[in-house]
Amino acid sequence: MPVSIKVEFLGGLDVIFESQRYHKLTVPNNEDESPIILKNLIDYIVNNMISDPKDVEVFIENDTIRPGILTLINDTDWELEGEDQYELENGDVISFTSTLHGG
Amino acid sequence: MVNSSVEELKKRIEELEIENSKLKSQITQEQALPVEKAVAGDFLSLDEYKRYGRQMIVPQITKSGQRKIKESKILVIGAGGLGCPALMYLVGAGIGEVGIVDDDVVDISNLHRQVLHSTERVGEFKAESAKKYLVKLNPHVKIKTYPFRLSTTNAFNIFEKYDLVLDCTDSPHSRYLISDVAVISRIPVISGSGLKTEGQLTVLNFENIGPCYRCFYPKPPPPNSVTSCKDGGVIGPIIGLMGVMMAIETLKVITGTYTKENFKPFLSMYSGYDQQSFKTFKMRGRKLDCISCNYTLTREFIENGGINYSEFCGVVTYDVLNKDERITIEQYEKLRNSDHVLLDVRPKEHFEIVSFPGAINIPLDRLRRIEDVNQLGIDISKPIYTICRYGNDSQYASRYLNDHLKLSTKDVIGGLNRWSTKIDSEFPSY
Repeated sequence: MPVSIKVEFLGGLDVIFESQRYHKLTVPNNEDESPIILKNLIDYIVNNMISDPKDVEVFIENDTIRPGILTLINDTDWELEGEDQYELENGDVISFTSTLHGG
Repeated sequence: MVNSSVEELKKRIEELEIENSKLKSQITQEQALPVEKAVAGDFLSLDEYKRYGRQMIVPQITKSGQRKIKESKILVIGAGGLGCPALMYLVGAGIGEVGIVDDDVVDISNLHRQVLHSTERVGEFKAESAKKYLVKLNPHVKIKTYPFRLSTTNAFNIFEKYDLVLDCTDSPHSRYLISDVAVISRIPVISGSGLKTEGQLTVLNFENIGPCYRCFYPKPPPPNSVTSCKDGGVIGPIIGLMGVMMAIETLKVITGTYTKENFKPFLSMYSGYDQQSFKTFKMRGRKLDCISCNYTLTREFIENGGINYSEFCGVVTYDVLNKDERITIEQYEKLRNSDHVLLDVRPKEHFEIVSFPGAINIPLDRLRRIEDVNQLGIDISKPIYTICRYGNDSQYASRYLNDHLKLSTKDVIGGLNRWSTKIDSEFPSY
């Protein structure tokens, strides 16, 4: 079954998503019927939500989330939840936030 | 000749010595506000009972917490947008000793957020300016200033005098340096940051069991993804709020609210717009493979220059144009009345603040999406010059226009800022 989730882009990351911080979306089923994981969401975002291919490097580096961006699954660091192998569930909130450095 | 110059130098030294002693006496005068002695057999004076009473009656602080606050020594690195409010509250709360590290001087562009400084102190070291305010706020607090840049060679000697450090700096390389030195020195770091309308806050290396900056960010961000307050802007109270929150976390660590048992690694995120939101994320613990936390890094290694922190974090190179693709500000002044197109590639908020009459604004990020020269909406038969605030983005703009759209544009070296300083001092710089 496809999963419906919320995605947030914080810390200025929304610039590559037409300045929209909050998105509701449905991640479609995988062709092989395997469980929908966070990696599928990242691919979905890259393929469907980043309108300018030049912006992909703001989000992705070496096939994963770029250094300096934290990924949170329901307000918890993705490292504690299996990183990109986490199985998405309906109602999950996935947040991506740039690290801020200014002081 | 030789003799006279020696004499001149002697005279100059004499003058400086007199000035120096005057300044010294000024400083001691400022510190010499009357401080009462503690009540016999107690750690507080009568003045301090009154001064700290309102916080001591709060169950989370109490009188024994006040003793811990008074016995603590904290180091604040950066007396800017975060450091100023943090220092105000911590000095007000009666910290025993406070060190302030900052090599920068007060600039008028700081004053909307760096609330310890003032218009009359523009040009003074921020550390000294901060001290002037703070000694008047609370003469019971001992304040030491370090008006120079924190470095791999001086950091350990400074850190070892303190129990806790507040990272109020503004770049990844200083944040890595502070974290590494704090882990090796076995002291916690209260870390805050902010930009535009958002801020972040965390406690690092708590009791030498909590995660450090490297645990959160093993790899530095690409340098072109790092934005400073100078370039990206910041709303004063946003960064101020983060500084105030850092003061709260500092008091909690000092008074023992957090313990080895109850401390959970976190990162809080405040967004001021559109709706206010404050989220606290549950974060990873200390990482076994962290080169800082597993003590692969040593004091000796860092002091001997084993890590070049600026190199580790990288720098953005703007050097993308050939000489014949650039003109100086003086050359542009001569061309100003000629028939040409001036393409201002700054973000629209910048363009709205001030711009040249007749300039056309296409922000760099929008410019880079233009694939067809006709979409530019400018007369490409005329000479085209690109300009920005400091002359960095204009180079990228000309590179893009010349390579992808086959134009032969030139950028104006130094941008609008140089126009203000070299050509027209009436032209606002911001």
